[in-house]
Amino acid sequence: MPAVQETVDQVRSLDVDQYKYGFVTDIESEKAPKGLSEDTVRYISAKKNEPEWMLEWRLDAYRRWLTMEEPTWARVSYPKIDFQDYYYYAQPKKRPQSLDEIDPEILATYDKLGIPLREREALLGIENPSRPIAVDAVFDSVSVATTFKAELAKQGVIFCSISEAIREHPELVKQYLGSVVPVSDNFYATLNTAVFSDGSFVYIPKGVRCPMELSTYFRINERNTGQFERTLIIADEGAYVSYLEGCTAPQRDENQLHAAVVELVALKDAEIKYSTVQNWYPGDKDGKGGIYNFVTKRGDCRGDNSKISWTQVETGSAITWKYPSCILRGDNSQGEFYSIAISNGFQQVDSGTKMIHLGKNTSSRIISKGIAAGRSENTYRGQVTAHRRATNSRNFTNCDSLLIGDKCGAHTVPYIEAKNSSAVFEHEATTSKISEDQLFYCLQRGLSPEEAVALIVNGFVKDVLQQLPMEFAVEAQKLISVSLEGSVG
Amino acid sequence: MALLEINNLHASIEDKEILKGLSLSVNAGEVHAIMGPNGSGKSTLSYVLSGKPDYEVTEGTATLDGVDLLELEADARAAAGLFLAFQYPVEVPGVATMTFLRTALNAQRRARGEDELSTPDFLRIVKEKAAHLGISQDMLRRGVNVGFSGGEKKRNEILQMALLEPKVAILDETDSGLDIDALKIVSEGVNSLRSKDRAMVVITHYQRLLDHIVPDFVHVMHKGRIVRSGGKELALELEASGYAAYGQDAA
Repeated sequence: MPAVQETVDQVRSLDVDQYKYGFVTDIESEKAPKGLSEDTVRYISAKKNEPEWMLEWRLDAYRRWLTMEEPTWARVSYPKIDFQDYYYYAQPKKRPQSLDEIDPEILATYDKLGIPLREREALLGIENPSRPIAVDAVFDSVSVATTFKAELAKQGVIFCSISEAIREHPELVKQYLGSVVPVSDNFYATLNTAVFSDGSFVYIPKGVRCPMELSTYFRINERNTGQFERTLIIADEGAYVSYLEGCTAPQRDENQLHAAVVELVALKDAEIKYSTVQNWYPGDKDGKGGIYNFVTKRGDCRGDNSKISWTQVETGSAITWKYPSCILRGDNSQGEFYSIAISNGFQQVDSGTKMIHLGKNTSSRIISKGIAAGRSENTYRGQVTAHRRATNSRNFTNCDSLLIGDKCGAHTVPYIEAKNSSAVFEHEATTSKISEDQLFYCLQRGLSPEEAVALIVNGFVKDVLQQLPMEFAVEAQKLISVSLEGSVG
Repeated sequence: MALLEINNLHASIEDKEILKGLSLSVNAGEVHAIMGPNGSGKSTLSYVLSGKPDYEVTEGTATLDGVDLLELEADARAAAGLFLAFQYPVEVPGVATMTFLRTALNAQRRARGEDELSTPDFLRIVKEKAAHLGISQDMLRRGVNVGFSGGEKKRNEILQMALLEPKVAILDETDSGLDIDALKIVSEGVNSLRSKDRAMVVITHYQRLLDHIVPDFVHVMHKGRIVRSGGKELALELEASGYAAYGQDAA
């Protein structure tokens, strides 16, 4: 059998069938009645003891959502989603009051995922204890634990669940929530606004460089449950924060729904670095099951000289619909998007970014690496625009696609629009295949087919991997190898 | 039994038979040159021995140090001690040459049940061997063969051979695309790897390479078979008479 064919077969049998995070945690949970209605929205809001203004905001979104149509412009196809067939809220029955009271089953789950919740373990589990990572863990719909809170508070950093922020820091939430992604921004964002259950909230005060990496870990456990998390990160003037997000889900036959909204606000001279490793369950080898991942992520470089950088490693989900974007409002602000999107089996990825240049001397950089294997479809969709007053705006875009096998597809759909004649936009794109010759060359030097594919793919994504924080880069590299390799043992 | 023993080898690609009963014995310490007109099957021989996909062996045997090569996958053949210096070395973008060399060496060592080399040991060995071939540190940092000149690519092949220390090395048209200076460097590299424990098979269309890498034996290949064998003077004779006797003009 030709090496490429063999590798493709191994890839096909492995990645999709051996999803190692596919276990289910057996805990009792409390769910909202199935389906979506004003009552569901009220139920969620009441569960969270939300103030009236929050409920009104949600209901407004729900009513708008009823009038909206599901977008169909993305290059993905799936049976029509019955939004009444999902549970919109699930929480573990025992609500913990402190870290010590967390259900041991949940703790065991996060241990299995390699996310140490307890601070002591977190310290022990991290190679460089001088730079620990603070973790907010979201299990189905609720945040179950936030570590290192006290230590962060000393610097004035607020890192907590969004529910807690709504109760404890209403003035910040009111000011910023929905200010980047408006209520009726798009179908999924509006749905999220109506029913979001939890997520993380971060506020970095003026001039503070967040002393540790902040991280959220999302886990969907319950059957037929949608996860709608909402994350809001604000870096005040001169602040800096690096934030990591990881996601997994159990192996289920049905399609689980995930529609998150992430809003980033960078004020004058502030910088936010947001990294994602997304490994939701991709479905089985026949394309059954898997997560529908419809995500709205947007950053607003609101102040001058601010910077927002998105880095994503996308290996999971049956369908990915995701365009982390930057609004470059402040003069001299910078936006970056670094992406590795791997699709295999029957996965469909339509992902990219938007760079909206509004301020003067704004610059953006897009490096996208798509890898398609199996029978997957992998689309890069990106928009770069310069508005009238955005003089001297600059963009550099490079999107490369790599095909493994001959049954997959890679597509590049760039939209470029400059309304200011001083804008300089560059776009480079390539599509290549791992060739038989490359594989044979590696094999002749003694590499196994799996090692050869991993080496070639790692070479292909190197520019993006370098952007990830150290701790994540190693994990991501492993994940890429596991996603595309044959034998791991 | 010879170190490399090929017996009555038949092989086809896409149902077209290219090797038609080729036999060859190469002992340790010997350098054999295989010459022949275009299309005689010289490169096919190198691919069939090293296990390139799409080539099907229909008859015959090939062993390396008693190991049945034809039973092994390409990577296992490499670990067993077979090395092919490619006529057209392949580019692997984004993979630093140094990383590639290390991955290859360690993969072979693992396959043979040996320990992987430590980073300092590995770096020391590569540096020494690279310097010998005039390969700069900058070249080692660049992607494998990416942006390399013809001469650099061939030197990189010889560096890999020096590092992997094969029992049998097949050099496929190593002289193609080289100017005379590059040819000298590459030939010196190859000559320094001649040893009593190692055999080499040098495939070439022209005699000029054999002025630099002097063979012990010369074989003429035609229509998938070895039709004549002799000492190094056979190459000179071919240079004078061309391949006309074999139905083709000297190119």
